[in-house]
Amino acid sequence: MPKLTVDGIEVEVPAGSSVLQAAELAGKEIPRFCYHERLSVAGNCRMCLVEVEKVPKPVASCAWPAAEGMVVKTDSPMVRNGRRGVMEFLLINHPLDCPICDQGGECDLQDQAMGYGWDHSRYREPKRAVTDKELGPLVKTVMTRCIHCTRCIRFITEVAGVSELGATSRGEEMEVGTYVEKALSSELSGNIIDLCPVGALTSKPYAFIARSWELARTDGVDVLDAVGANIQVDARGPEVLRVLPRINDEVNEEWLGDKSRFAIDGLKRRRLDRPWIRQGGRLEPASWDESFAAIAERLKGLSGEKIGAIAGDLVDAESMLALKDLMTALGSQNLDCRQNGARLAQRRREFYLFNTTIAGIDEADAALIIGSNPRREAPVLNARIRKRWLAGNFPVAAIGQPADLTYPVEWLGEDPRTLTALLAGEHPFAARLKAAKNPMLILGQGALARPDGQAVLAAAWKLAAECGMLRADWNGFNVLHTAAARVAALDLGFIPGTGAKGFWAMRSGGVDFLWLLGADEFDIARIPSSTFVVYQGHHGDRGAERADVILPGAAYTEKDGTYVNTEGRAQRGWLAVYPPGDAREDWKIIRAMSGVLGQPLPYDDLASLRRRLAEAHPAFARVGAVARGGCTNLSGPAGDPAQMLPTPFTPAIENYYETDPISRASPTMARCTATFGAPAALAAE
Amino acid sequence: MADGTGTGAAQPAQFAFDAESEAAIPAILAKYPPGRQASAVLPLLDLAQRQMGRVTGSAWIPVAAMDVVAARLGMAPIRVYEVATFYLMFNKQPVGKFHLQLCTTTPCWLRGSDEVVAACRRLTGIKGWGETSEDGLFTMTEVECLGACVNAPILQVNDDFYEDMDAAATERLLETLRRDEMPPPGSAIGRQGSAPVGGPTTLIEKAGLIEKAGLIEKEGE
Repeated sequence: MPKLTVDGIEVEVPAGSSVLQAAELAGKEIPRFCYHERLSVAGNCRMCLVEVEKVPKPVASCAWPAAEGMVVKTDSPMVRNGRRGVMEFLLINHPLDCPICDQGGECDLQDQAMGYGWDHSRYREPKRAVTDKELGPLVKTVMTRCIHCTRCIRFITEVAGVSELGATSRGEEMEVGTYVEKALSSELSGNIIDLCPVGALTSKPYAFIARSWELARTDGVDVLDAVGANIQVDARGPEVLRVLPRINDEVNEEWLGDKSRFAIDGLKRRRLDRPWIRQGGRLEPASWDESFAAIAERLKGLSGEKIGAIAGDLVDAESMLALKDLMTALGSQNLDCRQNGARLAQRRREFYLFNTTIAGIDEADAALIIGSNPRREAPVLNARIRKRWLAGNFPVAAIGQPADLTYPVEWLGEDPRTLTALLAGEHPFAARLKAAKNPMLILGQGALARPDGQAVLAAAWKLAAECGMLRADWNGFNVLHTAAARVAALDLGFIPGTGAKGFWAMRSGGVDFLWLLGADEFDIARIPSSTFVVYQGHHGDRGAERADVILPGAAYTEKDGTYVNTEGRAQRGWLAVYPPGDAREDWKIIRAMSGVLGQPLPYDDLASLRRRLAEAHPAFARVGAVARGGCTNLSGPAGDPAQMLPTPFTPAIENYYETDPISRASPTMARCTATFGAPAALAAE
Repeated sequence: MADGTGTGAAQPAQFAFDAESEAAIPAILAKYPPGRQASAVLPLLDLAQRQMGRVTGSAWIPVAAMDVVAARLGMAPIRVYEVATFYLMFNKQPVGKFHLQLCTTTPCWLRGSDEVVAACRRLTGIKGWGETSEDGLFTMTEVECLGACVNAPILQVNDDFYEDMDAAATERLLETLRRDEMPPPGSAIGRQGSAPVGGPTTLIEKAGLIEKAGLIEKEGE
């Protein structure tokens, strides 16, 4: 723990820290372009120069180790002159086209030029121009603006793990790019837009749309996968213009998947902005009163067991609880949230959570992935696994369809027979799991959404118990969800009550009245025509197509909502824009419906609904936190491992870019699908 | 084209090391410790370029060859592209059978490299740098210091240095090359190594050249 002095302030820093980190501890801001906390140190922009006593020249503080007794000056004449010189060199070939640059207003170069730039240029030679690169449908390039900080190269290589960007040629001819033209194949490619300190890499869909100071910023939670990445929703007037990640070291660090970042143009298309009623086979526009009346009419005299509800993947916990309460009031226990058919046991929370937690992956030292492709199902979480692998000594094996997960994976087999072999200790990897201190396994939806899902779940738990994954100080059993609403729904018990009908029964005509709360991800055409379908949701997708009554709801950016991610972490997002047209926040629709039915739900505002939520499950009382702990009860979920079928596990997500009504409505995601291959081609990789 | 591979000749779709190259690879790889095979990227790229020269008569490295090197060494292709484009000795575009690399840095320029360049242009019909003559025999490339300033100006043809060049020597050299002969490399004026023109002038006692130089008497006077 060296002690050093920065501008007269004494600080003690962990061994191995840089002078820049020491200066930050002392509260001194050091300008930088190439340095980034989460990337390797490059030391090539030279903007972070500081003066160190007894060192004759200014030093790059990002790459200079802090040592005992060092005296650092961050604002001496030598430092200021040095930085001014660096800035002048950086601006020699920079086009200074800020008025037409999308980075304007949030540009590191622009900001730091205010501190260290000159009011005029001494440079009289021709400036260098660089051909723009085509990096695919998401990242726009204006390479003449590039200052060669190499942040994008380091991110794509280190964090995203796809090694596609590099610096080719040398000297004045050096260019950042892919050399051979190709679209960046990473699901995290959008992050290089945030990382770029200048306007060389900007967002293609957002090009020339808005200036940063015109945007209203609202905190939100991403719902397009089950990681629950923290996001900032930037809106102008009624339109969400972009989504950026918010830093949360325990969840998404500061990264965001491309779907979560770019699918937002789907929020403006195919929207349900008014109620509709099917009359004579055709959907006709209707008023709220007419729709409620139509529903009440159909429900009249219907017994509870003929009524059912299915909750979708993007739904907030508040509306699911309201719907459950309404169903209970109507005497129905026919509820289900597992529209992918996953055999998940609700009995104990440990059976359906990512118990290790995302941050806990850092502590694991061996992993087994079963029936999951985390790169497609949760790219940010996959980057965390990769980060752990980069730290060394982390064998990863997987059972399922081989794919490139951006780190080396030992593919043990494609079907449950491998799991049986592991259980019997016949497979050598079982010994490695047992030898590990903190082994973990990740069970994907591809392993659970199949007829023998319950047996696979039981087998996985048994394997976890046998390999020392379930201890009082460590829980290495993890279920990776793909639906943002799933954990909250399971917490709230949005599953069939004893003897009640579940997803399959309701889909196949087991009920006469079916309420779909944003449920689109199943074969809706197989609902028989005798079933009266109410679709409550925000997009005119599969569910709305089949519906008899459509109730327009709000998307995740248009309501205050609570979501529980795959770790069991309840997180809250806020309303950024109002729902379009007559659409309303979903819990209010259900509350209004309950009034029409003469069974008013006991909450009139969000605060009282949230009190009810906290009573329903303690997780909702601790927003933002996750109860991480070991496992003391080794008894597993119901199911017999011997019942596993020999059919191979199939991926839960065929096409990362189109998984839900929002991304299916997004032209940007359609372009990504076209660029990165149709689902069939993806499956073949 | 928006990528870095240039607009020149079409890139061949495929490349494979031939038997002769394959025979050389194990010895190259053995020079590096296990797990550090990526260090062999420079010799393998060189091998690929030489194979292209041997097989097609044009010593260059197509992208397909870089990909083969990447696959062989377990590297991401972009890492090989970075190395190949960094070194100017790797030709990313096809070159003529004789690659004329003309040094025009200060010492060569002072000693008359302009004359050599003009002679090359006149005799090959090449107008700009990096271009190849119509008969496909010659490519002219302007290079920075070749590190043989003592014998400036230098004209490097493929691997060999031709030194102390002037217009007449250049003309002789190119005529010989046209006959598909490689004259012996070295000084065009018969200079021994990098010794002064006309022979050594210092340390001649030790070289046993006292009488030849006739300097003892001078010192005695």
